[in-house]
Amino acid sequence: TKTRSSFSSKINDLVAKYRKVDEDFFEDLEEILISADVGVSTVMDLIDELKLEVKRQNIKETTQVKEVISEKLVEIYYGDDDEAVEELNLQKDQLSVILFVGVNGVGKTTTIGKLAYKLKEEGKKVVLAAGDTFRAGAIEQLEVWGERAGVDVIKHSAGSDPAAVIFDGIKAAQSRKADVLLCDTAGRLQNKVNLMNELTKVKRVIEKEIPGAPHEVLLVLDATTGQNAMSQAKTFSAATDVSGIVLTKLDGTAKGGIVLAIRNELEIPVKFVGLGEKITDLQSFDAQAFVFGLFADMLEDDDQPAK
Amino acid sequence: MAFEGLADRLQSTIQKIKGKGKVTEQDVKEMTREVRLALLEADVNFKVVKDFIKRIKERAIDQEVMESLTPGQQVIKVVKEELTTLMGGEQSKIAVADRSPTVIMMVGLQGAGKTTTTGKLANLLRKKFNRSPLLVAADVYRPAAINQLQTLGKQLDMPVFSLGTEANPVDIANQAIEQAKNNHNDYVIIDTAGRLHVDNDLMAELQQIKADVKPDEIFLVVDAMTGQDAVNVAESFNEQLDITGVVLTKLDGDTRGGAALSIKAVTDKPIKFAGMGEKLDELEAFHPERMASRILGMGDVLSLIEKA
Ligand SMILES: Nc1nc2c(ncn2[C@@H]2O[C@H](COP(=O)(O)OP(=O)(O)OP(=O)(O)O)[C@@H](O)[C@H]2O)c(=O)[nH]1
Ligand SMILES: Nc1nc2c(ncn2[C@@H]2O[C@H](COP(=O)(O)OP(=O)(O)OP(=O)(O)O)[C@@H](O)[C@H]2O)c(=O)[nH]1
Ligand SMILES: [Mg+2]
Ligand SMILES: [Mg+2]
Repeated sequence: TKTRSSFSSKINDLVAKYRKVDEDFFEDLEEILISADVGVSTVMDLIDELKLEVKRQNIKETTQVKEVISEKLVEIYYGDDDEAVEELNLQKDQLSVILFVGVNGVGKTTTIGKLAYKLKEEGKKVVLAAGDTFRAGAIEQLEVWGERAGVDVIKHSAGSDPAAVIFDGIKAAQSRKADVLLCDTAGRLQNKVNLMNELTKVKRVIEKEIPGAPHEVLLVLDATTGQNAMSQAKTFSAATDVSGIVLTKLDGTAKGGIVLAIRNELEIPVKFVGLGEKITDLQSFDAQAFVFGLFADMLEDDDQPAK
Repeated sequence: MAFEGLADRLQSTIQKIKGKGKVTEQDVKEMTREVRLALLEADVNFKVVKDFIKRIKERAIDQEVMESLTPGQQVIKVVKEELTTLMGGEQSKIAVADRSPTVIMMVGLQGAGKTTTTGKLANLLRKKFNRSPLLVAADVYRPAAINQLQTLGKQLDMPVFSLGTEANPVDIANQAIEQAKNNHNDYVIIDTAGRLHVDNDLMAELQQIKADVKPDEIFLVVDAMTGQDAVNVAESFNEQLDITGVVLTKLDGDTRGGAALSIKAVTDKPIKFAGMGEKLDELEAFHPERMASRILGMGDVLSLIEKA
């Protein structure tokens, strides 16, 4: 299990910069979290709770507030769940099917390439299905990733029915005795009803072929995205019953704080994070490191005198 | 829904004021608080919101609102006016170089929509202005990026210049200009690879391309769903490349698009076009006033003002 001690020590550093737990402190905290895209209502709820707790425990010194902050933040993320949900749900003696969904350009195809590589390194036999038959060059892009990862790609020609490709993908994966089938789909904005219905249909094809499948439906979210990610999570969940999130592009300056609210409200856990464009740039999600990352900026301006 | 419009947010405050004879500063404070929340929920950067609220407060505490019978509506009107001014006027023009070809460079973060917009712009230039563009595949990094542009070129029946993935993007850009001159293409649109604004090597590559081909336009392509980070991205690209304009993509979604305001505020460069879909004819002129309404929560704001 993950220890929470390193997280606490970092929060410790953070609050040590402020001498008093006053309005300034809370205002800074609010701005930091808002600028990390945590979302204004989540942030305000959190600050209210913190203030209440500070009052209840009659806390005056920042050193005393650190425990409360780290507890509240990790609590917001985890709720009542334990931490095990971040593992990928893979079957033991049967083909596992993972469906990738998300809006345009978030990193679905790239993540499939990275995950294929990761699973293969773990000794699994992986097959990819080129379910994006719409976007220019999408099939070729997946083929390049297939080559890089050293796994087979099942494809039809551009413009064909995505459900048919996925169906063939399942058949091919089964006959090749593969462990995991990763299904790419075309990016689509969640307000496009027809396209969302198409996705539901793709999922139904999988369900029909293998009872209990898809074993994971991973919603890929771009960390650069703001509050719209909540709407994405809601609508994609309604259409495909999303089981986990991949948060990409965390190597940039965006923090992706909205996943806190998504976890809290919709109970969808983040399973992986994308940290670059290379095949090795996929990591398991570490909630503590993530939550701490939201404050990184607050720690960085070290040269400023403590308030 | 995740976000309500500003009008909804202000309803209760407005209701409270209605019974009173006079609007107090406290009332204005409450109203601007709602405006702040609405803007933050629309993804406008918090620093931009801060400045903005300061200006709104000044105007709102002014006589025009205090003495108005419908202060709530007045506040919304003030907010919308300020927002529209901030967004700037309509500017969907594309530069024309004195000497052909006119060169346009597309830049931005990964997945923003550069390649698609390259195709859309080329289509627009031909359809509306009867031009004959050359598309340039200068993204040698992303898997199948060249293939993607070539596919778009085929769909448009337009030439695509490529030297494969082994060539240097700077050389590709330079040679493309030569070819455009030889083949009488009057526009050259260079599709570059997506990159992080903090990736020094790749940003230097763009600066080198810029120094060599001296583009007439550098369009920063930004995803309309971008959150608080939009200011960092736009500010940084602008500092390093002195962009000439912005294209906001994926506006066919349901995002409020507050990033538009953030970008405008930090770069002061015009947002020229809006991407409204994946197809090659789905590029529109950017309408600042529509965007202002959208950020505030669409038509309900207008109707509330009209009810005034
Ligand atoms: N910096 C960075 N770039 C990434 C990451 N993941 C993906 N990208 C880049 O983002 C861009 C879009 O990635 P794709 O995998 O094509 O995204 P997609 O969701 O499949 O896109 P569509 O199929 O067009 O909807 C590419 O340039 C990728 O290299 C990441 O973790 N970090
Ligand atoms: N709905 C919608 N999708 C768009 C729009 N513009 C681009 N896209 C989609 O967004 C995704 C990414 O577009 P690209 O043109 O590949 O983006 P890019 O900036 O070239 O990406 P990289 O080269 O990987 O950095 C694709 O799925 C496009 O079809 C738009 O205005 N609306
Ligand atoms: Mg894709
Ligand atoms: Mg591209």
